[in-house]
Amino acid sequence: MSTSLLNDWADWAPRLLDGLGLSLKVTGLSLAIGLTLGLVLALWSSAKRLPVRLPAIVLVEVGRGMPALVMLQLIYFGLPDAGLTLETFPAVVVALSLTTAAYTSEIIRAGLRAVPSGQLEAASALGMSGGDTQRFVVIPQGLRIALPTLMGFAILIFQISALAYSVGLPELLSQAYSVGAATYRYLDVLVLAGLFYLAVTIPASWLVARLERRLNRHL
Amino acid sequence: MDHLVIILEAVPTTLAVTGASFAVGALVGLVLVLLRRTPWLLVRGLARLVVDVLRGIPPIVLLFIVFFGIGSGAIRLDPFQAAVIALGLVSAAHLSEVYRGSLLAVHRGQFEACQALGLGRRTTYARVIAPQAARVAVPGMVTWAISLLKDSALVSTIGVAEIMLVAGQDARSTGAGLLPFVLASAVYIALGTPLALLSRYLEDRLSIERSR
Repeated sequence: MSTSLLNDWADWAPRLLDGLGLSLKVTGLSLAIGLTLGLVLALWSSAKRLPVRLPAIVLVEVGRGMPALVMLQLIYFGLPDAGLTLETFPAVVVALSLTTAAYTSEIIRAGLRAVPSGQLEAASALGMSGGDTQRFVVIPQGLRIALPTLMGFAILIFQISALAYSVGLPELLSQAYSVGAATYRYLDVLVLAGLFYLAVTIPASWLVARLERRLNRHL
Repeated sequence: MDHLVIILEAVPTTLAVTGASFAVGALVGLVLVLLRRTPWLLVRGLARLVVDVLRGIPPIVLLFIVFFGIGSGAIRLDPFQAAVIALGLVSAAHLSEVYRGSLLAVHRGQFEACQALGLGRRTTYARVIAPQAARVAVPGMVTWAISLLKDSALVSTIGVAEIMLVAGQDARSTGAGLLPFVLASAVYIALGTPLALLSRYLEDRLSIERSR
């Protein structure tokens, strides 16, 4: 590797770091909003009566069935037509939150269902109400079971945040692309951007694998 | 109605990108998983690094590296070729993990039995291990195909005229705003649903418990 490439990388790094910061911000916000919505959707789609849970199931299936890029462009380019214009940053956060909600609701639902039925029986033997049972018994244990998968999804949504390039949000990929356009050194700068993404995703996936082993230790 | 026709005309391109990338991924993934099971530590480590890198980079970044980085320099790649190479590599990494999981699901006793019978490495894999691993791998492969179908939308960013690209153009040129995107979503869901049903059916059909 030539030193001139390393020098260029050092020149570009601050700009890409700014982009990475924005990517992480978008990811964090979308996860915070999306996971909350995902929990609501998970509880809603576990309702006993079919007519009650049907709208939740349709929402989840639509959200999971459409590509994240379509969701993003629909919200940014499509919604202004329906009278709702969003700035770039909120549009990206809304789109990624909705995608997160649809995917995580299924992950959370699987976690809630994996809570042993003996826990429910014990709660009802103690005379706990339905709401209390969910809040104090089922949800805490279900979320713990779902945690490794949720963290795996968090890595995925960080990768998906690169799609925000297509609506012009100056996140990591956009920054790299505009450096490339200015210098005509697309390969060099895009590889550096790739390394930045890997610097987050690879340690994160090790962490998830470790957590999974730890949580399964007593099972 | 015109909006729907425009999008439907782009469906073959989406399917071509998805199908070709899947085929590339299925083959390269097989090579990767074999490399990860060689006795040589260095080869195993390198294969694992390749898989981790391909899975760790956002697919759109890999697509840009292939198209703008490599495909505009010494080699000329048209958008379709770049799309198939990039999504094919991503698929290879994911499918190699699917294969690897399915090989781990084959009981160790099967390998020992082959050894006891004096079967060669090739016969062991081809006649004994692969058929059993395939039961586990096939539903996972179909699940990946569904993801890939949706990921194919991002090749619109390098100018492949698939569903997402024509929907976006239609929205801009006709001022129809929302409708083309809603139709595009509906078409993706319509294409993905049969695959999802197939995956569920195969999982049911191929599970070992059932066949015993």
